[in-house]
Amino acid sequence: MKYKSNFFFEKIFKTILKITSLIVIGIFILLFYSLVERSIPSLFQNGLEILFGTSWDPNFEIFGGAPAILGTLFSSAIALIFALPISLCIAIFYTEYGPVRLRPFISGIMDLLAAIPSVIYGIWGLWTLSPILKINFQEPIIASIGFIPIFSGPAYGLSIFLASLILTIMITPIISSISIDIFSKTPMHLREGMFALGATKWEVIKNVVFPFAKRGVFAATILGLGRALGETMAVTMVIGNSYLWPFKSVSLFASASTITSKIASEFPESVVNLIHNSSLISLALILLIISISINFVAEIISKKSVGG
Amino acid sequence: MNMRRTKDLLMKLTSTLITLIMAVPLLWIILDVIIKGASALSLDFIISLPAPFGEVGGGIGNAILGTLIINAMACVIGLPLGIATGIYLSEYSNGSKISALLRTAIDTLSGIPSIILGLFAFSLIVIRVGHYTALAAAFALSIIMIPVVSKATEEGMKTVSVDIREGAIALGLPKWVITIKIVLGIAKSSVITSSLLAFARISGETAPLLFTSLFSYYWPRGLNEPMASLQVLIYNYAMSGFESWVVKAWGASLLLMLLVLSINILVRRFSTKVG
Repeated sequence: MKYKSNFFFEKIFKTILKITSLIVIGIFILLFYSLVERSIPSLFQNGLEILFGTSWDPNFEIFGGAPAILGTLFSSAIALIFALPISLCIAIFYTEYGPVRLRPFISGIMDLLAAIPSVIYGIWGLWTLSPILKINFQEPIIASIGFIPIFSGPAYGLSIFLASLILTIMITPIISSISIDIFSKTPMHLREGMFALGATKWEVIKNVVFPFAKRGVFAATILGLGRALGETMAVTMVIGNSYLWPFKSVSLFASASTITSKIASEFPESVVNLIHNSSLISLALILLIISISINFVAEIISKKSVGG
Repeated sequence: MNMRRTKDLLMKLTSTLITLIMAVPLLWIILDVIIKGASALSLDFIISLPAPFGEVGGGIGNAILGTLIINAMACVIGLPLGIATGIYLSEYSNGSKISALLRTAIDTLSGIPSIILGLFAFSLIVIRVGHYTALAAAFALSIIMIPVVSKATEEGMKTVSVDIREGAIALGLPKWVITIKIVLGIAKSSVITSSLLAFARISGETAPLLFTSLFSYYWPRGLNEPMASLQVLIYNYAMSGFESWVVKAWGASLLLMLLVLSINILVRRFSTKVG
């Protein structure tokens, strides 16, 4: 009797788990299905225009996504160029040079930076950082080397430069905390061997820690990149949402758009126009494809790095 | 020899300096939000509705309540799915096809930008229902919670040693009892920790709410309605450019930051794996 009822409960339990698993798989498949379904009207009408077109005018049903796509790729790339060296320095300080007593503080700072909601980064960037940077950084630079196109004026406080800067602050915690994990896994005997040969700490870092951590850091970087590409609120609030960059002005200080800022700022009003709405969802689909391929690459690389 | 020492010293200085510099944005943001937000705070601010445009006073009570309601609904959907799939992957998968697919689904979902989840909820729910609804927002947020909780549950359960499992089997306990009472009991702390962190995470998510729960200037009247939330309020008010609204946005930011950071700090304090 007891055995039988146990068997019964076992079956129920297993079925529940299986059903929940199928629900999650179902959500996953539906996600792709519904985005593709909503993109079709736009892809049908605009074709490759959504990838390569340079202007966007819902009134004339022109939907070229190139400035937004380039804005997304460029702002994330700049953020990565800053965030990677900064993260490596933090990881080096944490694992090699810094006193052990400081470690909880450093990881605390990184955890809190990662936890601050992006809309708060947005309001801070919009109302605090942007005016300060405009007066103390952008204007002097434009005044002195403004003849170089990428530093040319006028100084829009809200710019692709500011967006990249805020993205840098947002993705540094991700890259640095993973790098710290990997750096501290460097085999002790390799380190000690180098030290015994009279190497300085920097030489040990350069010749033992970096080669050991190379793949893992690369995977961490790609994870950070994925985060930067998909970041919405902070970017939407500080990038200025114009289609100036990069076809009408190549300046870093011009306001621009990203895929996410385009969607966040136009989506509610687009609901009345099917093609407009569908074009925004096509942009989301492009973003989805980019971010999934990136995560896929990171996964392959980090799986290989487990081996050594 | 000298050159090498200089290089070493230089790297030491650089890395120290840069690490110190990264503390600046954190302190700056926190102090900025506290200073600018504190001037907006009052009892009235927390418990009353937004004032009609042009009138002074008013609060953000409906947005606070809205965020809590949407979060609670997201937990109702997300936590059971996250925990159950974690249990399935850890204890019942046996390399089946479903588990391989489930793992891909969870890994991929965790990397999808949250704005896309918002668009998904819009296409799936808002369009079919015909109006903006907080249910769609909760659905989008729950998809953010599932991978976090599922992964932590699975990892927590996998650390339970074979000895304990074999001991339980030897006592003649059926597998589901072992799984729930013993294995999940031991993994309890990582399930709770990850649930709290997922809660903090969704409390700050704004993009999934923009096209789902939208915003409302009234108290929540039902779950299947547009609903105000702190996050969308901060975005709308900060972008509006009206002085009095921006002040309210800072006040809302202070409350949101207190909620999110205090959960994070508490979890760090009490979790065993502080590193």
